[in-house]
Amino acid sequence: MNILRKKSTANLPFSETAIELFIRLCGISSIIFVFGIFFFVFREGAGFLFGGLDLGQFLTSVEWQPTSLNNKRYGAFALIVGTFSVTVLAMCIAVPFGLGAAIFVSEFCSPKLREAFKIIIELLAAIPSVVWGFIGLTLMNQLIITVFKAPIGLTMLNGGIMLALMSVPIIVSIAEDALKAVPDSYREAAEALGATRWQVTYRVLLPAAKNGLLAAVLLGAARSIGETMAVLMATGHSVNIPSGPLSWIRTLTATIAAELGEVARGDEHYQVLFIIGILLFTITFVVNLIADLVIKGIRQEQ
Amino acid sequence: MRISGRVGYTTTCFLVVLTCSLVIIGCSPKDDASVAKTEGTQFTIKNKGSDTMVNLAQAWAEKYTGISSTASVEVSGGGSGTGVAALINGTVDIANCSRQIKPKELELATQNTGKTPQEFIVGYDALAVYVHQDTPIDKITITQLAEIYGENGTITKWSDLGISHSDCPSDKIIRISRQSNSGTYFYFREALLGKSRDFGIGSLDLHGSKDVVEVVGRTPCAIGYSGMGYATSHVKMLEVAADSDSPYYPPNLENVLAKTYPIARPLYMYSLGEPTGEVKRYLDWILSAEGQKIVEKLGFVPLESK
Repeated sequence: MNILRKKSTANLPFSETAIELFIRLCGISSIIFVFGIFFFVFREGAGFLFGGLDLGQFLTSVEWQPTSLNNKRYGAFALIVGTFSVTVLAMCIAVPFGLGAAIFVSEFCSPKLREAFKIIIELLAAIPSVVWGFIGLTLMNQLIITVFKAPIGLTMLNGGIMLALMSVPIIVSIAEDALKAVPDSYREAAEALGATRWQVTYRVLLPAAKNGLLAAVLLGAARSIGETMAVLMATGHSVNIPSGPLSWIRTLTATIAAELGEVARGDEHYQVLFIIGILLFTITFVVNLIADLVIKGIRQEQ
Repeated sequence: MRISGRVGYTTTCFLVVLTCSLVIIGCSPKDDASVAKTEGTQFTIKNKGSDTMVNLAQAWAEKYTGISSTASVEVSGGGSGTGVAALINGTVDIANCSRQIKPKELELATQNTGKTPQEFIVGYDALAVYVHQDTPIDKITITQLAEIYGENGTITKWSDLGISHSDCPSDKIIRISRQSNSGTYFYFREALLGKSRDFGIGSLDLHGSKDVVEVVGRTPCAIGYSGMGYATSHVKMLEVAADSDSPYYPPNLENVLAKTYPIARPLYMYSLGEPTGEVKRYLDWILSAEGQKIVEKLGFVPLESK
């Protein structure tokens, strides 16, 4: 025993410091990457952002004509509206389904069923977004034409449903974790007071897991805002202010994906696409900030 | 203790190996073409660009790889702009382009690689104007198309064209267009509107020649444009005239070769500098009768036989 211990202690210092160093690097790297990406995106777009771009026009005009030969116009308003409207629509569909599924999986179903559900939900999360886009382009397109008598099925509704299907797995798994994290003593205490199962869920668990549930919804929303391929294929990709779920739209991300391949590096159009990147960064930053503030606010109240 | 010590040691070894291999991967040479030249006995011709031409390029590549014992061809799409961008970066041997290279791109490529891209016309493509098969219209003029697609255009409804479209209750024309890095988009815009007017916003900008035909085939209200090789049984190709006083011509081989069909364009391939060796042999083969037979087979128009 003594010999063994000696051997392992002789080994320990080297391996432990090496591993610790590696883990430390992993931790720091995420910070470096975030700032590195932000720096790169900002550097590519900054020249035109501060010299030449009419920011008022960029944010309020719907005229997106980046490849015009003599009258280039960079109005991203329709793209911003497109991104927000399809995200809101997706959340309207995904939040009830996602939270409902999480409550069912965590509180109401048998352990055996729960395992099966979790595996299936994880499978749903593993479907690549281009496959969702393809389903939107073919199957959902036809379905929307048949059900709603729409002239064309490549609409905001189509994109919204695709995004909802993609963010539901995220919402379910995070929300389920949040509900599981509520101590069992809460459930027992509520049941001891004669509460039914639904009363326990509604009056005790949901308020107790509020922060986690909010985080689930916001991460789902972030996924929707950032999603590219599926919305590129399913929403019609048309610069248009939507008048309803059956209008076609274009999002910020899809614009970058569709146009970045063509532009000459350093060109005005190239820089505008990076400015859209900065805009997306700002939007996600604000969403995260709001989430943080809300969660902090809730904590202070308690 | 014993186990944890051993695990720690193996993990460390593993991590060291992993890090080293990552470093090696990171340092490996970027110029793949040069690697292929020195390592393989087979030379790989890298070919990229126009989505319109991707099926054609693929067919050429397959046939040629079967014939040639010394070279194989690797084809990818992405749009004419993507192909030219790759040429500028020197990562491809041949760029496919459904529009002519822009002077600025030519200059950039020369600057970047030290070689001037050489132009080869390898065939012709007629852009067909597609509508759903049930649309009661057979003919259209370029002037009308300009008013449909152009900015502040005056034709927005099927009734503006003088037809009553019973399958399209809203009467609104749904314009199907292409994303703006497509050579087809540039060519169609210039053919319709010249250099001074833009397409109106609000069209559905799809991501491929095939998608346009696919969506038009499902949408009675829609009008779209794409290569004539992409026609399916769900769509109808319109006869096109330059204006209302000119005769209408359907898109077909004779009319394109006679240059009477108004929206036909040459298809280009660009090589970096004067082509040599395998690249030259490949381009010569494409321009030969055998290569041109494939052009016709895929619904494009071959070069006039010499």
